[in-house]
Parts: sequence; C-alpha cells; structure tokens
Amino acid sequence: MKRFIGFIKKEFYHIFRDRRSLFILFGMPIAQIMLFGFAITNEINNVDIAVLDHSKDATTKEIINKISVSKYFSINQFIDRESDIETIFKKGKVKAVLNFETGFSKKLITNHKATIQIITDATDPNTANTISNYVNAILQKYQKGLNEDITIAYQIVPQTRMVYNPELKSVYMFVPGVMTIILMLVSAMMTSISITREKELGTMEILLVSPIKPIQVIVGKVFPYIFLSIINAIVIVVLSIFIFKMPVQGSLFLLAFESVLFIITALALGILISTISATQQTAMMISLMGLMLPVILLSGFIFPISSMPLPLQVISNIIPAKWFIIIIKGIMLKGVGVQYLWKETLILVGMTIFFIGLSVKKYKIRLE
Amino acid sequence: MKKENVIEAQNLTKMFGDFTAVNAISFEVKKGEIFGFLGANGAGKTTAMKMLIGISKPTSGKANVAGFDVFTNAEDIKKNIGYMSQKFALYDDLTVKENITFFGGIYGLSRKQIKEKSNNLIEALGLEEVANKLVGALPLGWKQKLSFSVALLHDPKIVFLDEPTGGVDSITRRQFWEMIYKAANQGTTVFVTTHYMDEAEYCDRVSIMVNGKIEALDTPKKLKQQFKVANMNDVFLKLARG
Repeated sequence: MKRFIGFIKKEFYHIFRDRRSLFILFGMPIAQIMLFGFAITNEINNVDIAVLDHSKDATTKEIINKISVSKYFSINQFIDRESDIETIFKKGKVKAVLNFETGFSKKLITNHKATIQIITDATDPNTANTISNYVNAILQKYQKGLNEDITIAYQIVPQTRMVYNPELKSVYMFVPGVMTIILMLVSAMMTSISITREKELGTMEILLVSPIKPIQVIVGKVFPYIFLSIINAIVIVVLSIFIFKMPVQGSLFLLAFESVLFIITALALGILISTISATQQTAMMISLMGLMLPVILLSGFIFPISSMPLPLQVISNIIPAKWFIIIIKGIMLKGVGVQYLWKETLILVGMTIFFIGLSVKKYKIRLE
Repeated sequence: MKKENVIEAQNLTKMFGDFTAVNAISFEVKKGEIFGFLGANGAGKTTAMKMLIGISKPTSGKANVAGFDVFTNAEDIKKNIGYMSQKFALYDDLTVKENITFFGGIYGLSRKQIKEKSNNLIEALGLEEVANKLVGALPLGWKQKLSFSVALLHDPKIVFLDEPTGGVDSITRRQFWEMIYKAANQGTTVFVTTHYMDEAEYCDRVSIMVNGKIEALDTPKKLKQQFKVANMNDVFLKLARG
C-alpha cells in the first residue's frame, strides 16, 4: 500500500509539472462549454432579410411590419427588381428575400389567395430551413387574425408542444455532448499518453523489473485521472447550471454514479490504447481519431442516430459515448431514474469489463 | 575458498515463433564478480538478460538468479536485483530527491531508510547543490551515475546494467567504472552488457554471444591468449567474422 501511495504521488508530480497537459485538463472543459453554449446555436436571431414588394399596399405593409418587429428578423433593405435578388444573395448581406406578388391585397380579397415567395440562401441548409419555418409561422398567425370572425366547418389545428426543452435551447443539447467528449478525452487520451510515456522513456521497463506489480502500475497511473475527471464533470455541471440555467431534473447522485462509470469505461479504453501503441504520438493519434471522431459524429451528440444510414446506426451501438449521452440526457433533461436507464448502464458496465479483459490479455502477451 | 554462484543458467533458450533468439546458453556468475556480457546488436544479449531479470519467460532450459528459479520465483528475483537500462530511466520532471524517494519506495524501503540513503547518495555523488533541481536539468553523465546509484539503493545482490555507458564521454565512463568496482568490492555482483571492447577488459570474466549462442567465455586475459590477439576488440572481430 505504501508503494502504491508513493506511486500516485509521483503521478501527480507529473501532471502538475506539465503545464500543457494541465491546461488541456482544466482549460478545455471550460472553453468547450462556453463555445458550445454561446457561439454554436441552432436558434436564429436578427437574421438580415430583404423585401421585394411589388404591391406596396396595406396588407403587404402590415405583413412586413409584423416580420420586422419580431426579434428573429431585421429587414436589411428593400429592393425593386427581381434581378436584384441574385445580386443581393451574392453579396451575402441577407439570408432570405421575401417576394410579394403584384396586387397582393386585391387578390387576397377577390381570389382568397395571394402568394409570397420566400427565397432563402441554402448554402447553410439548417438556417434556411429554420428561417422559412419562422416566416411561415408569422404568416399563419397573421392569416388567423384575418379569419377570426369566419368559422370554417372542418379544421385540423395541430398543437405542437416541445417537451423537456420547451424553449429549444441548444445548450441543453450540447452540455451532455460536451461532458461526454471531455470525460472521454481526459480519461482515455491522458491515460494512454501517460502510460506510453513511461514505455517511451524506458521507465516502464524499470518498473516491471522492480517488485511493484504490473496491476499496481496500471491502477496507479489511472487513479489520478479518475480524480481529475470527476473534478471536470463537476465543473461542467456547475457551469451549465449557473451560466446556462440548465436544470438537472433527475438525481444528482445517479448522475455522479453514471459519470464515474463512464470515466472508468474511458480509462479502460485508454489502457487498451496504451497496450497497442509504442509512442505517445501514436497513443494521441489513436485517441483522437479512434475516439474523438466517433464520439462527435456517431454518438448522437450532433447528428441524430435515427437519421443515419443503417450500417452507421449499427456501428453507433459500439460507441460507449452513445449510451452515456442517452443516460445523461435522461437524467438531466427528463429527470428519469435508474428504472429507465438500467439497460444503458449495463451496456457500459459490459463494455468496461470487455476493455479491461482485453488489455490484461494484451499486456500479458507483451510480457511473454 | 570457492565462491558461491549467484547466477546459473543451463541451456537457457528463448524462441519467438520459429526464430531462436537465445540458443541454449549455459554459464555461471560468482558472487562479487563483474561479468561482461558481450555481443553485437541483435546477438540476443538483451533477450537473455530479460529472462534473467524475470520480465520474459524462457522457452526452455533452467536458470537460477540470486537463489531463485526464473520460472517459478520471478517476483523474488525482482526484490534481489537492481537494473539499469540502456535508455536513461529516471524521471526528468522529478527532482533528484523525489526520484530517489520514489524508487526507494517501490522497492519497499522505509521512510527512514530512504532519508538516510538519499543523504548518503547525494553526498557521495556531490549532488548537494542540485538535490532539489529537476533531473532533466542535469548533464547526461551525472544522470547516469545517479541512475546507477538508484539501481543500488535497495542493496541488491546482483545489479544488471544494460549498456550503461552509451553516449557519455570517456572521463565519465572512467568514473562510472570506478563506481562499478566499488560496488563489486562491497560484494554486489555486476552483470554488464556493453559494446565498448575496452570496457570488456575491465571485467573479471566475459562471455561473447554470436547469433544467440555463447561462443567464448573466460577472463579477458585467457581469451586474448586463446585467440592470439592483443586486445578484446580483435577477439570480438575474430569471433564475429567466424
């Protein structure tokens, strides 16, 4: 036991004397959560649009007014000719153009039908889609106001309710994802680098020749990172609660337990990576390519798994991060307990045992 | 009086698949002896040494190190030997004192022993002024002397040195060999691999490995007589060229 404590002390010296990794350890979680929380967002605000009004009558004025007072759009300029549409898009000043046909008011009264063309800049398809949805919503509201005193016999009125994240805040979606990435990165990458570092420097050989047992070496290398990852998880949760007002609906205790489980999964992966890589560079590349990209692309963090092609959906099942994201979204946003999450939890436990078993086997082969 | 054997190997063999890295080598090393283990790169020295220090299992044969069997008691062997590898292997980002404390700790020395030994060691090497500086800041020669002292920290019966003087200047090499002599005089057996043939002359006995086999084993003086040459370098060249 005394040997072990000495070993852990040494690991903390390594970590605290290496400014660069300290910076990665504690700077990155904060930077990422701020970036994802503030800069990257699916919401639209004050989008610049242009208006081409061929009618210039009371109705069009009213609609234009409604759009310009909404906080989503600001009218950048009025144009006069169809040919200006192309030019204005090319300049990149506006994201959308509203094109009212001639005689709008008259047509609406006599034909009960008038047309507005919504032209959006779809170089960014998500934004284009959102813009057209928002404009449609404003128009529908206006239309409803016009028809107030007329009763229509059959009417289907869809009422949409967004549950668990009613304001559709993107930060709610990013916090679980960022937490997953950070824990994966710190746990897997840092441990795999720190173990391969000993191999590269030749100190691993010295340790293997000493009476300290290989299992003690591995546990001793991993232990500080469990501790640091827990601190990171706490920092992320505290930041998201206090800065982004993100609620934690479920039990904090369960959240802590699942986070520690995921940290151990990631550490086991880190150990596995260290058994197959000879240098720190290799360990880092494998961690980045082998872990980071799948975590970002295939975990459901950014791209919904249900809209992926089938082979990718199947592959996503072997990504531990996918299960952890389901778990923390469940706890933080839906407030569900372990009775809904035991399946995902068991999968993570199973993966952890598998990774540890595999690395023990690899480690033994190397020693033979 | 005949001295006891601290290393005994009989037909020790290591195979990697079809390739025989070490081919049935047999030798003994006596207590307090400086035993030179020579051979070109790839001759099998490091593999043979790894079997003796308990981190690689022999394919066949027998070997006893410090009275323990390499097959069954590798863990006991580890407690009784010291090891210094050809790569410099202390932690650069730990201070001299922290390194000594750490390695003393993993060999199970008590706090008091560590304190006493580290003071003696720092004094003997004249490292008082840099005791609290990071090892990374020391010149290579000092690092190597420190590394050797750390390998001897727990008073092992045998110390294994894998090319300990690679890359240092001749004055430091000289000083290093003085340290080896001192350790041998105090009863520590020294098992050293090297490819500097002038260093082979300093050993009590040397063995020369070629392609996994021990082709010659005797005192440097007798080997030179046997091959009728003036120095160990020529002995080595004659053997290596067949």
